[in-house]
Amino acid sequence: MLIRRPADLPPSEITPERIWRQRRHWVQAAAAAGLLAGTGARAQSPTAARLPGRPSPLSTMEKPTPYKLVTEYVNFYEFGTEKDDPPRLAPRTLRLRPWTLVVDGEVRKPRRFDLEDLLKLAAMEERIYRLRCVEAWSAVVPWTGYPLAELIKAVEPTGNARYVEFTTLADPQQMPNLRSSVLKWPYTEGLRMDEAQHPLTLLTFGLYGEVLPHQNGAPVRLVVPWKYGFKSAKSLVRIRFVEKQPVNSWQQSAPNEYGFFSNVNPTVDHPRWSQATERRLGEDGLLARRRPTLMFNGYGEQVASLYAGMDLRKFY
Amino acid sequence: MSAARPLAGVPAALPPAVFRRLWWALLVLALLPLARLGYLIASDDLGANPVEFVIRSLGTWTLVLLCATLTVTPLRLLTGWAWLLRLRRLLGLTTFAYATLHLLAFAGIDHRFDWAVLWTEVVKRPYITAGMAAFLLLLPLALTSTNAMVRRLGGRAWQRLHRLVYLVALLAILHYGWHKAGKNDWAEVSVYATVIGLLLGFRLWRWLAPERKGS
Repeated sequence: MLIRRPADLPPSEITPERIWRQRRHWVQAAAAAGLLAGTGARAQSPTAARLPGRPSPLSTMEKPTPYKLVTEYVNFYEFGTEKDDPPRLAPRTLRLRPWTLVVDGEVRKPRRFDLEDLLKLAAMEERIYRLRCVEAWSAVVPWTGYPLAELIKAVEPTGNARYVEFTTLADPQQMPNLRSSVLKWPYTEGLRMDEAQHPLTLLTFGLYGEVLPHQNGAPVRLVVPWKYGFKSAKSLVRIRFVEKQPVNSWQQSAPNEYGFFSNVNPTVDHPRWSQATERRLGEDGLLARRRPTLMFNGYGEQVASLYAGMDLRKFY
Repeated sequence: MSAARPLAGVPAALPPAVFRRLWWALLVLALLPLARLGYLIASDDLGANPVEFVIRSLGTWTLVLLCATLTVTPLRLLTGWAWLLRLRRLLGLTTFAYATLHLLAFAGIDHRFDWAVLWTEVVKRPYITAGMAAFLLLLPLALTSTNAMVRRLGGRAWQRLHRLVYLVALLAILHYGWHKAGKNDWAEVSVYATVIGLLLGFRLWRWLAPERKGS
């Protein structure tokens, strides 16, 4: 369609160059997304609501893993231990509205957030992050969300808040595998305050420019890209600020295999497999070589200082 | 016990033509999982993690065929169908074939025959040590599976050697269970463990009660 500029346009309505350039960036980003859709890489759900975010300089330039794989190969043990259990079951049983996130503990302004309020708390960004699972596979995911630091600011932690504990929904009506004793429910995770406040730590509501699919931890989850995927707790109902280091579910289940920090670290093996290399979903076909795993999943420049002087072999 | 009495309708011996057809049908059946894998590879439909899929699929079918092999003797003794025994070699060798492909997929596809890495994995990871031991014990069984080798060893020695398969079964279930350890997810492992437990338990029961042997 050809759009002609009317001859009588007042100068005040001509877009300033700065804004125009910004818009141009948006159009380019949209075009890039469209191009990917053409190749099938962005075959998003036809029904999901859009949830765009402004592009972030913290995004990786790596090629995102196809939407289909990101949403079909999922660990979410509340729905089953096989990768295809969550995509099969979560959309049927997990109710996303109404959804409340309780934020309490060592804070001056504890709050119960309705999801709608939570969505409006800060500006949405798109963050394309590498995701490294402790099971030695990896992906690249375009998440939508805002830094967890924004939420932390809003509730004003007290001086006693040294750690943050995250709790996933545990409702047997909605999550069929809570019957099993695979883990102790509810699923809990934890971060140190400085980790939680780090600009990379994302409170996440969407992926691929759409609201999170049920199986990927809808409606709100954590994404901590320099740690193994299980640290990024899904379907959060509570964020609690505490003084003592929380015990996360996996640490409780197998303390010799999973620690509190769980930073991606190619030099510290899992007792049952090596963490030195990984397979990238969708790219590493039968004939591809495993790719080397990067320290802190490649985010060392941003996060290594958080662990200065710590023995990461001991604090795995 | 009723070891020698065939079940109604099925004779203890089958006409050669019928047996041959049965043998071929079983071979085709045993190769179906491999054909399915081939089809999925050709149609690029192995899912998000193709290497993992291939390795696990081959491992699972090795275990299934191992259980089938171990079922021959109990089934023969319970039904009196003597001809079942002549299907055992086929099942044993297909078990070995799947085990070999499972190992090749792990060593070749996943680790590109990087011997240093493979050696470390075998030594350091108990579940891989168990799997490797199971494969090494299967090797002499496969090599002595021909009629000529049975004759050369003599029936008694051959039989004693082939009792190694009981150890293979224990190592295989250990390999599978250990691999999943830490996940507290025993649903599938316990199914295979129960089947192997019953099959080995049957033999133990007969061994402990020699007077009940049919011979």
